[in-house]
Amino acid sequence: MGKTFARLGRYALFRAAFLLLAVVVALYLTVIIANMGGEMDRVRKAEIRFAVGQMVYQDPANRGLPASELERQVEELMQFEYRRLGLDKPFFPDRSLRYLWQALSLRFGRAEFMNSDAGSKQVRSILLERLPSTLVLFATAELILFLLALFVALFLSRRYGSVLDRAIVALAPSSAAPGWFYGIFLILIFAAALRVLPWGGMVSLPPPKEPLDYALSLMRHMILPVSAIVIGAIFASIYSWRTFFLIYSSEDYVELAKAKGLSSQAVERRYILRPTLPPIITTFLLTVITMWMGQIVLEYVFKWPGIGQLYFQATSVGDTPVIVGVIVLYGYLLAASVYVLDFVYAIVDPRVRVGVGGR
Amino acid sequence: MGKLWAWLKIKELRRYPSLAAGVILVFLFVVLSLYAVVSIPYSEAVRLWRGGPGVWDDYPRNAEPVWFDLFTRDQLSRTIVVPFGAGLKTEEPLANGMKRVETLLPFSFEYDTFPVELSMFTLTTEVTNATVSWHTPDGRIITLIEGRRLNRGRTTYYISQDELLKNQLEGMAPHRGLFADPEDRGKPLRGEYQLVVEAELGDADELDAKLVVYGQIHGLGGTDHNKRDLMVALLWGAPVGLMFGILAAIGAQVSTFVLAGVGTWLGGKIDRVFQWVTQVNLILPVLPILIMIGHFYSRSIWTMLGLVIALNVFSAAMLTYRSMFLQLKESAYIEAAQAYGAGDARIIFRYLLPKLAPTLLPQFVLVVPSFVFLEATLSVLGLGDPILPTWGKIINDAYTQGALYKGLYYWIVQPAALLMLMGVGFALIGFSLDRIFNPRLRTV
Repeated sequence: MGKTFARLGRYALFRAAFLLLAVVVALYLTVIIANMGGEMDRVRKAEIRFAVGQMVYQDPANRGLPASELERQVEELMQFEYRRLGLDKPFFPDRSLRYLWQALSLRFGRAEFMNSDAGSKQVRSILLERLPSTLVLFATAELILFLLALFVALFLSRRYGSVLDRAIVALAPSSAAPGWFYGIFLILIFAAALRVLPWGGMVSLPPPKEPLDYALSLMRHMILPVSAIVIGAIFASIYSWRTFFLIYSSEDYVELAKAKGLSSQAVERRYILRPTLPPIITTFLLTVITMWMGQIVLEYVFKWPGIGQLYFQATSVGDTPVIVGVIVLYGYLLAASVYVLDFVYAIVDPRVRVGVGGR
Repeated sequence: MGKLWAWLKIKELRRYPSLAAGVILVFLFVVLSLYAVVSIPYSEAVRLWRGGPGVWDDYPRNAEPVWFDLFTRDQLSRTIVVPFGAGLKTEEPLANGMKRVETLLPFSFEYDTFPVELSMFTLTTEVTNATVSWHTPDGRIITLIEGRRLNRGRTTYYISQDELLKNQLEGMAPHRGLFADPEDRGKPLRGEYQLVVEAELGDADELDAKLVVYGQIHGLGGTDHNKRDLMVALLWGAPVGLMFGILAAIGAQVSTFVLAGVGTWLGGKIDRVFQWVTQVNLILPVLPILIMIGHFYSRSIWTMLGLVIALNVFSAAMLTYRSMFLQLKESAYIEAAQAYGAGDARIIFRYLLPKLAPTLLPQFVLVVPSFVFLEATLSVLGLGDPILPTWGKIINDAYTQGALYKGLYYWIVQPAALLMLMGVGFALIGFSLDRIFNPRLRTV
């Protein structure tokens, strides 16, 4: 027993270290790209030179001083400023590594151009302000998608070959298009043509004061984006899970269970659902992961004030600290999801023993 | 060749109507692409889509496609151009060595809806003053301008924007008021119209005029806010989408497949490194990286294609293929090959890879649409190729111009429908191939 725990602990540590390494690599890449390999610093330096020059030359106290003295002052102040911001050191390796370390330790610093709706320039506040909107939208959508697909798939696998089954299989190719694509059509139908649902945004303007009204308004605004996400993925996931259940329900032990005369519900629960749980959980977590990154366009199309849109806005104005902040958030969440996945596997699937096959 | 057919199990095609439908769809897009590339060469497409002065002057702004006419009882107005040189010119010498030049621009208007804009262009060799009048079918004559100075060279008179004229027409916009039926101002009067330009010129000087009556509908695809004919981009979107989807699928899937085979067979360090890279790659956020590169470096379609491939080589598929290869590695025929002395390369490329290639094929076809839509996704975010016309760029233009809000649905629906059809085409093929090559899905 103790041995198992030691092995489990060693494995947990090893995985954690490995995933951290992966996050470091991903983040370092981001830091380099978002700084254009150090190019961004030339912009920053030029801005400092301009600001310092303005300050010195327009200071009434400096009136009458010789030009050489003014230049000396500018030069001196500039060097101070460079040193304060660390711009006196080269980008590779000093500064890029420092940026990386700051990002990893969640010290995002201040945004260059953007600010939160409350007015803060702290990247952390900006991120925290946007995070709940993303979470509420995608958690709802993914949950509906997951449960709906699971139950419809189970239902269809029992009625293999029926008209409904064939219809859903025929609809599976519709998932070739992403959610935002259906979003545009939904906006066209329900907002533009019928004018029954809002075009986008999260709540109506001005935001309702009463919590109940607020919730109702939020729900009304969520109908279209949630439907877009669900429509974009539902048929393919029903198809793949149905196939999956079909394969598992043709196993010998299922036949045996049926032969024993167990009710079809018991067969379903104990002999089909239980062994298929690990892949189902994997799929669910993987969709959650892709959800984190993949729905930037959906947020853009629906003007949803979430992380995805924040990221898009940050890249279009070149706000490096915000970009790095979002990617750090993504990176950690992804790594954490993968990490959790490893252990969930071991719990639901007794055949997989953590640490044995892991090497 | 016969072997290939047998391998593809072509005879089973009849049992899969969805496969046939997919093949037909993709084939149609290939034909459309060829037509696009032949009828509008690359440089021409780029020039047209970039636009600029003189390229789209004679096209209406935000005009609906002509097939709208099929669904309306009214005959919708189309663009009428009376070009330079087509007017009837009469010259009359004056006493002071000058001459009076009269240019008559006749056209017949046979539609039930008003035009959307009206412009006149003049070309003169000398500065002069002109008087322009409008002759309606029922014989009324409306003076548009009197003694207006025309510059040497080209002058444009935007009749629709003439506020004085608007007042004269009881507040009706000129392109409506000039056509309105005096008995029912809500309808245009059909018949022969004339625009007459009169000017006094020197003996050797010339004046020519051109009239454009911009219609409500134009071309098979309609036009956008920059007067560009959407047909250019609707046609060119096909080759761009096909190329991006197929090249990315080949680059990403095939390389993953080959590397998985090589790694698994050789085992040891290479295998471990591949797995590590894959694990790291899984944590890299692909779309955010593409967006970042697009904003900071280049949004050329080739950069994006290269990046997409590079980021997808060590994708999750690597792990799937690896587990398949691991099983295959132990099989008897590989052992036999080893026994007769086959080298690593021979075993990988002659025995391992071909055996699993059929499994790759459905996967390969199924990822094509996701790449086609990836290109569209980038374009919709405004990160499409800067010069190429693509479907995603139309949607982006339409979306930023508020096409849905203004009711210009054709602008979004046409490219979206084409994207959808292309995606569905590949998806149909992929799903059917999946059932053909993985018989287990069939027998249950």
